[in-house]
Parts: sequence; structure tokens; C-alpha cells
Amino acid sequence: MDAHALAPEEHFIRNEPYYQPIGNEIAIFEAAYRHRLPVLLKGPTGCGKTRFMEYMAWRLKRPLITVSCHDDLTASDLVGRYLVKAGETVWVDGPLTRAVRVGGICYLDEIVEARKDTMVVIHPLADDRRTLPMEKLGQLLEASDDFCLAISYNPGYQSVLKDLKQSTRQRFVALEFDYPAAELERKIVANESGVDPTMADKLVKFARMTRNLKGSGLEEGASTRLLVHAGKLINGGIDPVTACRSAVAQAVTDDADMLAAIQELSSSVF
Amino acid sequence: MASHLRSAAEITELLESWLEADFSFRKVGPTAEKLATLAAEDQDFILDWVRRVASSNLEVAWQFARRAPALVGSMDRRLMEAWVLGACDVYDRQGLRHALTVMEEADQWVGNLASRQLEMTAGVLFDEIAGVLGNFVRGLSGRRLTLEQGKHIHTDTDKLYLPGVLARFPSAEDNFKLAKAMATLLWAQTRHGTFRADLAVACAGFPDPARALGQLHALETLRLSARIAEELPGLHRDMERLKRELGEGLPAGWERFAERLSTPEANIEDSLILLGDAYQLPDFIPWCYQGELRPDAVAAAFAARREKEKARLRVKLAELLDEQSRHRETGASAEPPDDKTFEAEVDDEDGRLDLELTLDGQPIAPPEDVKQLMTSIYLDFGDIPPEYLVPAGDGEYDASLLGEQRADPDAVWQGTYHEEGASFYPEWDMGRQHYRKNWCVMREKDVTPVFDGFHRETLEKHAGLVKHLRRAFEAMRDENRLLKRQAYGDDVDIDALVEAIADARDGSEMSDRLFVRTHRAERNIAVVFMVDMSGSTKGWINEAEREALVLLCEALERLGDRYAIYGFSGITRKRCELFRVKTFDEPYNDEVKARISGIRAQEYTRMGFAIRHLTDLLKKVEARTKVLVTLSDGRPDDYFDVYRGQYGIEDTRMALLEARRAGVHPFCVTIDREARDYLPHMYGAARYVILDDVAELPFKVSDIYRRITT
Repeated sequence: MDAHALAPEEHFIRNEPYYQPIGNEIAIFEAAYRHRLPVLLKGPTGCGKTRFMEYMAWRLKRPLITVSCHDDLTASDLVGRYLVKAGETVWVDGPLTRAVRVGGICYLDEIVEARKDTMVVIHPLADDRRTLPMEKLGQLLEASDDFCLAISYNPGYQSVLKDLKQSTRQRFVALEFDYPAAELERKIVANESGVDPTMADKLVKFARMTRNLKGSGLEEGASTRLLVHAGKLINGGIDPVTACRSAVAQAVTDDADMLAAIQELSSSVF
Repeated sequence: MASHLRSAAEITELLESWLEADFSFRKVGPTAEKLATLAAEDQDFILDWVRRVASSNLEVAWQFARRAPALVGSMDRRLMEAWVLGACDVYDRQGLRHALTVMEEADQWVGNLASRQLEMTAGVLFDEIAGVLGNFVRGLSGRRLTLEQGKHIHTDTDKLYLPGVLARFPSAEDNFKLAKAMATLLWAQTRHGTFRADLAVACAGFPDPARALGQLHALETLRLSARIAEELPGLHRDMERLKRELGEGLPAGWERFAERLSTPEANIEDSLILLGDAYQLPDFIPWCYQGELRPDAVAAAFAARREKEKARLRVKLAELLDEQSRHRETGASAEPPDDKTFEAEVDDEDGRLDLELTLDGQPIAPPEDVKQLMTSIYLDFGDIPPEYLVPAGDGEYDASLLGEQRADPDAVWQGTYHEEGASFYPEWDMGRQHYRKNWCVMREKDVTPVFDGFHRETLEKHAGLVKHLRRAFEAMRDENRLLKRQAYGDDVDIDALVEAIADARDGSEMSDRLFVRTHRAERNIAVVFMVDMSGSTKGWINEAEREALVLLCEALERLGDRYAIYGFSGITRKRCELFRVKTFDEPYNDEVKARISGIRAQEYTRMGFAIRHLTDLLKKVEARTKVLVTLSDGRPDDYFDVYRGQYGIEDTRMALLEARRAGVHPFCVTIDREARDYLPHMYGAARYVILDDVAELPFKVSDIYRRITT
């Protein structure tokens, strides 16, 4: 299939994404959506937050506009800016504005990474005003009823600099995500990567070992996503220990000692 | 040392001079002859170490010289270095007699070799594998075990002890696998409840309890090997291979035990039931990875842990309950919290350990520390006893059970000497060309604050200077500014655009730098000031140091850099002290001002430990630039100690090199006029400033700081 370009607001998800609910998060999200409440997803990386958003977008049949926040992301990156075209300045909507206009779901991934001034534009959207101030245009954009704001952050990064302010977090309905329970995770890994259940079981066992290392030299254990990667490699004929090294160990750390320890864990499990 | 083949006479001469043979009557002749038969490279290696060790102790060096020629052909270099350094370490800590026993262990090695074909053996050293295996064991689940070096391979259920050197197999790889197998078996003992029964009591009924313990250990090894085969099949394959290579297997008569104990349900009770039969069989020759069972060590660790963990869990549960009821209060029914009960459910299946905590049937997610506590308790008892799940009442436990006990650092010299609560730092021994492990006993102490008018007086005295400093430092602050003519930005740069359009009309090329962008500059510096509090600073210098610190703080507060101030002093390696004046987290308040005023001259100038400790502190701070500034009045020195002179300078230089490796920029401000002799060697050519006059210190320090950080 050739790659083809899509405007963000046309990004409808046509096929049902594979998603295994961990609890009642689907019902909560739907209820929040119906009542036009913004949603905050908490959880470690690779535990299914983004997949959940895709699934909900498919369920609610709304376009999904995802913005991955980085530390240089400013308010104008979200709202829009003037650009110069043929000697004139032209206003171009940012992704948030587009979502507000068409009534899509705007998902701001890893919101704590963004600059502080982005919060100023999110706040009025996230309470009952549901408006987007567009300072440079001198306009106030009212969100359509279909619009939904979702943000995510990872409370595992224990940095003072990367914390959500109370004024922000208290505007959202919070959904907590964690790595799925062992049985469920096994099912997900088997389904997503195509490995057999015994291999999936070993992968999950290995992942839980790396998660035990969190806090003693490892920032974060192996996520479900990494397990799926490893599973796909194994399915492609790579030896399990090698697959775990490339897909998991190298992904979670650069520290030579830690790499060796994780390698020893995987060579023990398989 | 020149690399050429030496004759016996040459070697005799060298050994005699290093070992002071004239006074000690050591007969170096035969050893020298043996050395003369070796290759030049081996001679150099051995002689170099003899010289280095002789700087610490002549007898250890002599014993090494005597044994080395026989070993050099079969022991790999690294292993040999580890052996002799190990002996030096033991000498440092426990004295000559113990060091000589380490030396004698090598004789056993030679004995072992006789039974094997003569080949190079590459062993593994504890220090090399401790990091990897430590993380490996923590990954396996269960209690957070730590790895330590010990003479006997065993566990006390908190720590796993492995030997300093492992060299059963010719290749380093196999020796590592052996260490991994040992650690895993010890882990399995804690994980699968070997110590849930009182092993000492169980064996006491037999005519020979020690023998019973040995047979029981064998049964447990069979049981746990089966568990490992189930959970860690990859490792089990390696373990079987190691045993095959050594010709170890299951002795006759033990098959039925192995079978009985290989079911997942088998536990320590099953082993105890079988012990009667096993006792009748001949002694089980321990497998290579088996180690020892030490019920006494386990009992001690358990006794130390039990009450503490109970108290901690109950207090934590009380906190959880409090939190829960506060959540409920927003709802309508605020029930009294008394009749709530916690229940714990443990799911220990298939190698996984899942703990669930419920409050009145409602599952709650326990925080990580509570999970750890519950895991540890479960491993001890096989379940969580109900009395552990009763939340603690107010004031039921005193704080001593809850936190780690911290001994009062001042009590050290008032009563008996202790090393509790102290940190240990290595020291570089220039003679040995190696570190002395855990040599300096370091404690952090508080400066007694003196609330007088010192701070105010200093500001008045230097009023003009203060004004100047404030202005100068404010100017250094990097402000947010608008960058014009950027290729990408938040707004259109109208000036640039007009120009560009004009250019375009004119037919020349149009610039694409048409935007403005705000630049946020963050000055990201963390600095520690390390202030000399040695006895020699008494009087003038101390006064000048304190004034300099006051002015510096005033300036740094303007700048917004993160800074900490520590004083250092000490007397001998057993009493190295760092005085907290201001930590990174503390604001510059009256307390800190009073502490600056309270800085008093103390003892001597041992510097290595201070640099190492402050470097560690800086490592934990997140900052782009890290600076360590030393204010000192003289060379490193200590009381009746080798530290005086070249040794101290070399150790300080080594500590500074370590700091630089860790990304810390060291800098020194001194008033010692002779410092030109040693400072360039320690700090490098451009990393120090010598002040000719003490009175300059207050004026100069801030100025110097400004210079080195811009």
C-alpha cells in the first residue's frame, strides 16, 4: 500500500483496533464524552494509552488528532499561526483548533513535556466554557458538542519539573492505566505478535522481572508494547534471547551492567 | 622498570632493597633464582607488584614474592592481581595475620591445579559480577536481596554472600554461570520458603545435627532445582551442563527423593519428612553451586526484621485507611474507621507472586513500599498473619522501629567507637598504585549555628562591594529574549517580511528567515563550595572565609544558581567529617546565615573523602554544569598519618580526576603561597587561583566564581 496524506481532521479510524479492556475504562470514557468532560490518561509508557484512544475514536466515530508534546511545543503550535505566502500573511490553524472546529478528539500525548504556556489555551477548553481563545486572530472559538479533549501523562517520571499543576489536573476525569494482569497481558502479546501461548507466557514472565528492577537502576520496566515487538521478532524466526536483547533490553537501558543483567534474566527464562 | 631479562643476582638486589632483607633476614636468594627462570614479562609483573605491596607491608610482599613464581604460569594476570589486592585489603582492615591466611589460600590453589591439567584459568571476581548479578537477583522477584562478598556461600534471607573469586572452570564465562547458579539457588531458598521451618530445631533430633543439616541441604537443593527448572529453564540447562562437566550427578538412592520433591506443591515440610530416610544414606557430595545453609545467620536476620516489618506495615495500613476515609468523606456516609478490616490475598503460582490487598472487600492498590513489605512478610511466613493487618493506633510504635536508626555522629568519640551511619570512601594509595577500599569513615554533621550579627556586620562592612556584586551578578542572569529573523517561530517578523518582499520585487533572493521566536535561556548550574575548616584556618583566615561566604551567598541569590556549602575537616581516616552549612534544597535563610557565622576551625585537611562525597552529591543533582569550588589554605594533610606529603597530594589528585570523570568541574581558591608547587599537579594548569593576601578573599571569591561560570 502506498503512503497517502491525510488532513488531521480526516483521520477516521475505519477498522476496529485490537483493544483488551483492563477495567471499566471504556464505559467511563463514553460517559465522560457524552457529558463533554475532558479526560486524563495516566500510566507508564507502552501500556496501551494510545491504543485505547484509537479504539475510542473508532467506537465514537470521531476523527482522532494526536499531538505528541515535546519541550519546545508552544501554544501557537497548538492553536495556529500566521505564515507567509506569496508576500502575504495567511492564518493556518493548528491541530487543536482543527479538532475544535470539526468536533474531533484531540489527544495531547505526554502533556507535561509541553511548555507551560500551552496550559493557558487548554484550560478554557477543559472546563464548562469549552472555548478556545485565539489571541492572534482576536477570536474565541466555541467547541462543537462532538469535540473531546484527552491528555496523557506518565506519573512515573518523578521529576519536579515534569508534574501537572493542580489547576490543570483538577479539570479532567482521570483514567489510570497500568500494565495488564499477567493472563490478560499474555493474551494481548499472543494476539498482537502471533506467538504461541507458551512463548507469550515466557515473555510476560520476563517483562515482570524487568519491572521488578524499576527503581534500582531502571527507570521503567519493559512495556507491553516492547513485548509485542519481541514477539514479532520471535515469530519472524529470531531466537528468543536475541529478540529480547534487541527489542527489550536495548530499548529500556544503555547502562552496560543493566543490559547484562537483563540479558541474564532473558537467557534464564528461555 | 626496564623490560629485559634479569639475572638472579639483579633480582636478589632488587628484592633485598625493597624487602629490607638486611634487617629482616629474609632469604631472598632461592626466590630470586626461581624468578630468574621466568620470562621478562612475568618478571616485570611480579617484581612490580612486590614493590607496590612492599609500600604497605613487607611481610605480605615477601609472601607474595615467594608464591608468585609457581602461580604465574597457571593463574591469569587479572586473577593474580585480585588475589594480591585482596590480601592488601584484608591487611588494611584486619591486620597482618588475616592477610597471611589469604596468601596461604594460594597454596590450596596450587594443590587444586595438580588434579587438573595445567592450563590458564580465568576466574571471575566478585567486584566484576556483583553489579550484574545484583540486578539479576532483584529482577527475579521477591524480597530485594543484596549481594555481598563473603567467605562462605550462603544467604541470611536479606543478603546473598558469594566468594571474592570463583575459578572452578577454565573459562571466565563458565565461572560467571556458576556464580549466577549459586545466586539463583540462594534466591530460591528465600523465595520458596526453605527457612519457613526452623532448620536448627529440625536437625537437632539427629545424632549428628551437622550431618543432618548437610543432607537436608541436599534435599532442598533437589527441590529448588526442580523449581528453577520450571521457572528458569534456560538457567537450569546451564546448571546441568556445569554439573556434567565436573562429573557431578545424583548419587544412588536419591532418585526417589528427587522425584518426590519435584512437584510444584513440594515445600520444606516434605524435605523434612524425607530427611529421616536421607540421613541413612551416605553423605551427599555438594554440587558445585550448592553453597551452605546457615540457620543461625537466618535466625538473626529474621529476628532483626520481624518486629520492624510488622510495625511498618501496620503504620502504613493506618495511613492507607486514613487516606481512604478522607476520600469517602466527600461522599455522604462517613463511617467510623474502626470496624474496617484489611485482608490480604496472595497468589503464588507458577513462579509469579501477586499480592492483593482488600479493605472491606474493596480491592485497593497498595503503594510500592507496602507491596515490598507484604512480599517480605509473605516470604517469611507463607502468608500474611492477621495481626499484621491491623492498622496501628496513634502513637503505638515509636519512630525507632519505623525509620532506619541513625546513630548520633557525635557519640562516636564519647563512648565506644562505631561506624554506624557513616559512609565509606576509598583512598588512593600511591605506593600500591591502587585504592584502599572503604578506607575513610565519613560522616556529615551540622555546623552549630551562631546567631550573632555577623551577617549584618559583613554586609555593612562591605556595603559598596555588595552593591557592586549584586549588580554584576544580576547582569549575568540570562533573560528570555525575542530572537528575530528565525526560520521558524510563533509570529511573523514584520521587519524581515517587509525587507524580504522588497528584495523579491527587486529580483533578488528572498530570505526565509521571517519569524520571531522567544528564546528561553536557563542558567543551569549547580555548585558546591567546599570550605577548609582545618585548624590552620583559625583566626584571620576563618574570618575571611566566612565573610567571603556571606558575600557569595548574596551574589548567588541574585543569580539563582543552585548552590550548597560544606565545610571539611577530620583527624585520621576514622574521623572524616563534612559540615553542612547549606544543602542544595535549603533556602538561604537565617539558619544558614547563622551557620556561616558558626564555622569554626577544627582539625586537619584530609581532602580526598570530601571531594569524593561532594562529587556524589553533585551527581544526584540535575544540572547542565556542575562545579566544585574549594576554598583552602594549604596542602592536604592529616594527623600523624601518611597523608602528609606526596601521598595526600596524589589521593586528592585522584579524587579530582574522579570528579572530572563524573562531569564535575573542580576549581580551587587558595591562600597558600607555596601552592604553586602542587596545585597545577592536582587541579591542572588553569583551574586554581592563588591569593596573596587573606584580606582579598571576600572580594575575590565572588569575582572568581563569576569568571569561571561564564
